[in-house]
Amino acid sequence: MKINPDKCVACGNCTYVCPMGAIYVDPVIKRATINRDECVECYACYNGLSTEHLNPSAVRTIRKFFQMGRLRFDPEPDVCPTAAFEPEELQWPRVVRRAFSDPRATHESTGVQGRGTEEVKTNDVTNRVRQGEVGFTIEFGRPGIGVWLRDIQKMTWALAEAGVAFEKRNPFTLLMTDVATGTLRDDVLDEKVMSAIVEIKVGVERTEEIIQLVHRIEKEVATVVSLGVGTRCDDNGEEKIVAPILARLGYKIERAKTNMGLGRITNPVENKPKGEPVSQTR
Amino acid sequence: MTNTLHRYGSAESFDDDYIVFATPSNGKNDIDSLPKLKKFLEMSLPFQPVNIGDPVHGGALRPSKDLHTSANWKRDMTPNFRAVIDGLTEPASVVAIFDNQPAAEQFLKLAAEADLGLSVNMSASVEGAVECCRFAGITRHSVGYSLGFEGSTEKLPNTQLLALSTMCGHGMISSSLAKKMIDWVKEGRRTPDEAVTYMARFCSCGVFNPVRARRILEEARMKME
Repeated sequence: MKINPDKCVACGNCTYVCPMGAIYVDPVIKRATINRDECVECYACYNGLSTEHLNPSAVRTIRKFFQMGRLRFDPEPDVCPTAAFEPEELQWPRVVRRAFSDPRATHESTGVQGRGTEEVKTNDVTNRVRQGEVGFTIEFGRPGIGVWLRDIQKMTWALAEAGVAFEKRNPFTLLMTDVATGTLRDDVLDEKVMSAIVEIKVGVERTEEIIQLVHRIEKEVATVVSLGVGTRCDDNGEEKIVAPILARLGYKIERAKTNMGLGRITNPVENKPKGEPVSQTR
Repeated sequence: MTNTLHRYGSAESFDDDYIVFATPSNGKNDIDSLPKLKKFLEMSLPFQPVNIGDPVHGGALRPSKDLHTSANWKRDMTPNFRAVIDGLTEPASVVAIFDNQPAAEQFLKLAAEADLGLSVNMSASVEGAVECCRFAGITRHSVGYSLGFEGSTEKLPNTQLLALSTMCGHGMISSSLAKKMIDWVKEGRRTPDEAVTYMARFCSCGVFNPVRARRILEEARMKME
């Protein structure tokens, strides 16, 4: 992302809307400026700010008079008055930042389908997490901190060493050169993203082990980790296996996502992805 | 809708927050899903959702790319639900947010009866979702628990800022903007309703709950944590 210095009037509105806090008004050039190291190309500034198309010179002149008189104009806080934000053509590996940060990004250039994960929200048609299994979503960077990909590799190495298989359809798994060791591509390690989710699945008997492993490694990672644990309910819609484990580990579960089991396969059989027989789905 | 799961707050704080979403699955039920997704959103309207949306175009409050200067004094703050439904052009998760359990229950029951064939999920407190299922006669298929935030939690802002900023699961509402809005409400520079609309426009998928946000702003006006 770029801010056009010919358009920017240094109103400062954008400095508040950046989730990474990476925009500031440079006191020397008196223009809003993006710290490119910290910017994760989430496009919150470009997508979220409304825009006017005012004449920059006129706005600067008015603002100067207001400042001289110590007067404060009280404009709308979610507006860029001169439409100064301009997307740039991102090259590899920087484009990875956007793929994992901008929820509206298209990902042809990366081959990565966003940050998105299946979790259990389509489990009623994919049967990805079955009875006796637990799916973990280990998210790094959110809310509002961000994460360097080299930090996540510490976790993927540890998980791989524990013999855990990474979810194949997860975009983060696609950044690995070796899923057996959890090693990421060298050229993406110095990229920072809004958040990334490592997704794994294990037998329910390994639930506590994985949580303890995450606890141990997250101490070496300079960001926030959000842990999600998904599992199947029994035939009565009850879940009496994982919740007691979490309670024993001291978790007070405040919130959950519940799959209602209303989905079914409606596509013609020939459109199903290879390797996923219909018999495995509900 | 991945991270509606990790909204910050106690179970009680989700009493006015029920997220119901329909998701097509690639290769499973995505073909011809667009009219079903639109129907899902249409069906929600009689139950007066506080927001609806999709991850491609956003929610019922959206930024304008051609704002007239007069908007600095008089700005339309009305959510446009019709634009969300009409603007849905491709299969994607669609979402309806409710601020009370009876509305969520009724809608869930109707969605089950409609038998759209799409995966339907509710993101809410565990107990809230269980009660909605009971009312709608639904047997839960799967459940995903949020274990909350761990690791370098010292880097997180205060709880009110967290509660506001995590209402955009994609992280598009910065804690700095949330802080600014609390400050402006405290100063009387803006009303909570106005502050809520500013934040809602940054949410890229429409999961932002303006009623819950207004409540948090009102609480913060009296006592910032």
